[in-house]
Amino acid sequence: MKYLQEFADETLVKEGIEKIRSLIKHPWKIMEVCGGQTHSFVKYGLLDLLPKTLQLIHGPGCPVCVTPSSIIDLAVELAQQPQFILCSFGDMLRVPGTTMSLLEAKSRGADVRILYSPLEAIKIAKENPLKEVVFFAVGFETTAPANGLSVKQAHREGVKNYSLLSAHVLVPPAMEAILNDSEAKVDGFLAAGHVCTIMGYDDYEPIAYNYHVPIVVSGFEPLDLIHGLYRTIYLLENKSNIVENAYARVVTKAGNRTAQALLLEVFEPCDRYWRGIGLIPNSGLKINKTYQEYDAFHKFSLQIESAKENTECIAGDILKGIKKPFDCKHFGKKCTPLFPLGAPMVSNEGACAAYYNYAKI
Amino acid sequence: MTLECPMPQTEFDIITLGHGSGGQLSAKLLQQFVFNELTNPLLATQHDGAVFEAHGTLAFSTDSYVVNPIFFPGGNIGDLAINGTLNDLAMCGATPKYLSLSFILEDGLPIQDFWRIIQTIKRICIEQKVWIITGDTKVVEKGKGDKIFINTSGIGFVNAKASLSAARVEIDDCVMVSHAIGFHGISILSQREGLQFETEIKSDTRCVSSIVQACLERYGQDIKWLRDPTRGGVATSLNELAEAIDFGISIEENALKVDGLVKGACSLFGLDPLFVANEGVFIAVVSPAIAEDMVLFLQNNKESELAFILGKICADHPKKLTLKSKIGGRRVVTKLLGDQLPRIC
Repeated sequence: MKYLQEFADETLVKEGIEKIRSLIKHPWKIMEVCGGQTHSFVKYGLLDLLPKTLQLIHGPGCPVCVTPSSIIDLAVELAQQPQFILCSFGDMLRVPGTTMSLLEAKSRGADVRILYSPLEAIKIAKENPLKEVVFFAVGFETTAPANGLSVKQAHREGVKNYSLLSAHVLVPPAMEAILNDSEAKVDGFLAAGHVCTIMGYDDYEPIAYNYHVPIVVSGFEPLDLIHGLYRTIYLLENKSNIVENAYARVVTKAGNRTAQALLLEVFEPCDRYWRGIGLIPNSGLKINKTYQEYDAFHKFSLQIESAKENTECIAGDILKGIKKPFDCKHFGKKCTPLFPLGAPMVSNEGACAAYYNYAKI
Repeated sequence: MTLECPMPQTEFDIITLGHGSGGQLSAKLLQQFVFNELTNPLLATQHDGAVFEAHGTLAFSTDSYVVNPIFFPGGNIGDLAINGTLNDLAMCGATPKYLSLSFILEDGLPIQDFWRIIQTIKRICIEQKVWIITGDTKVVEKGKGDKIFINTSGIGFVNAKASLSAARVEIDDCVMVSHAIGFHGISILSQREGLQFETEIKSDTRCVSSIVQACLERYGQDIKWLRDPTRGGVATSLNELAEAIDFGISIEENALKVDGLVKGACSLFGLDPLFVANEGVFIAVVSPAIAEDMVLFLQNNKESELAFILGKICADHPKKLTLKSKIGGRRVVTKLLGDQLPRIC
């Protein structure tokens, strides 16, 4: 396939890894921010091929994983009421709340639908005028524009029975939270290519400057990742704390201005609780006043309770890179993708599920 | 779609509870849609069961078919219900002969849909020379079913040259797949409400019995294990084999044949083609001595023209399925746990 196959060329990958081996002089800890990158590292068996002096830390970039159980509980609560149709993305359905997952609510009779596009939810709202259709909007800056667009479209078409339960989160504040955590030791970052496609990478420059870390925008195929790692290590070895773009075939510095304008029009930043990490100021997106009739929190007077997370799950340490999935005593035993104790085991892109599904031999 | 036969006149344009009452409406529906269409001497007795003679080693298989939507690119639930059981028999090394056919219909199913499904079943039975010899039809209230559920059971005669068992699988045997994978699962996914996308991907639903029998005739006991990787895909079937033997199974990502459109859809939805369902593909574990010849033999057949060797049985990592990724890394491939769910981004 064009632009995928070429970036998984075995010979070029081997050459890239050799270049990393000859470049690296110090033991570096590099965090790949995005779950998609974690998934690729593990799926392609890249972790075994990289030099042992390089430690990869799997960051918090799996939106499903960091959505707090209290918001999932709200979604379950809405879904269980007969007048509601609750729509969301596929991998969100299996994440356990404090009582159950949306998938279980569905089995118990709730009208829960898996969608790939929020615009489908508008269609469902029009087809079911007597029901309240709620789209459980999860994701980073990548999925937020499309979800914002659905709000705009509902507004334009006068669809009144549609609203968004926004659990959107933003990447740069999470990176800062990790850098502020005294336990987490990250020398450099691979920034998430998809997020930067939308947002560009201006926002990372102050982070690189203030915290003295190089940040390299990276893609998801093996060669993209190797290129990103190579550049990060190069910057680390040369003590250059700047932002670089190693995914220039997709990402521009300014990003997608149209999508950014859409985000500004529909959403505003808010404080958000991250599962496993805690409250991060200004790290979420909520629907702004202009569109508040489409904000499920406003429309149905919902409050986010502070939920108790499962104490057996070490998600926080995993997401901050303090521990590896294999360090957890429940990994693969009490906690599997079928019966996850915590969120990183749920989504394909959660660090634990990636390790479980594509376990090392 | 052009129908092979015009639908007979009926009083209703939908299935009603009365069609399952056992009374006159039932009798008429069965006569017009089942007995007249799927006719053969054993069915014609219209008895509660079929009585027949059988000689030789028999294989017997049953399966229930539920699918949403019931019509999808490349086929309908009728294709799955017949091909599925015929293929299960084929995997036992048997030539299918007799089938039972039971319907659970939901009140309100358009009669025209039922007719189309019956016509599909009729066509496959004629093509594959199998007889529907007994069956049943029930109608459930609206909301208690999902349009139509079908159960089929089948009896087939096992080829005398076949000796299929996981216990016969040895180190260095080759793991072969009869065609490119993932068509069925992706074709169904493309039609699901909320996930619809425009695609030309068609289900691969087909009966593989003839080609399997041709292989058994030609290679006999050199074919050691057969399985059709339906739900859970190739990875799940091979994991089942791995658990049943004392060796490991090693496969190569670079050997895998996946159509470009299927690959694209998998990539978009975050699915792994190794776990996507197939309905017209079989996996064969065969002696290394005949592997190359069998691949060429399969490739000469239209329905298995993309046959390929995916890997082999090895001493390393007993009871595990391992994959060498396209960049040379190696990892374990586990069984599919629940459904594969499309990812967020």
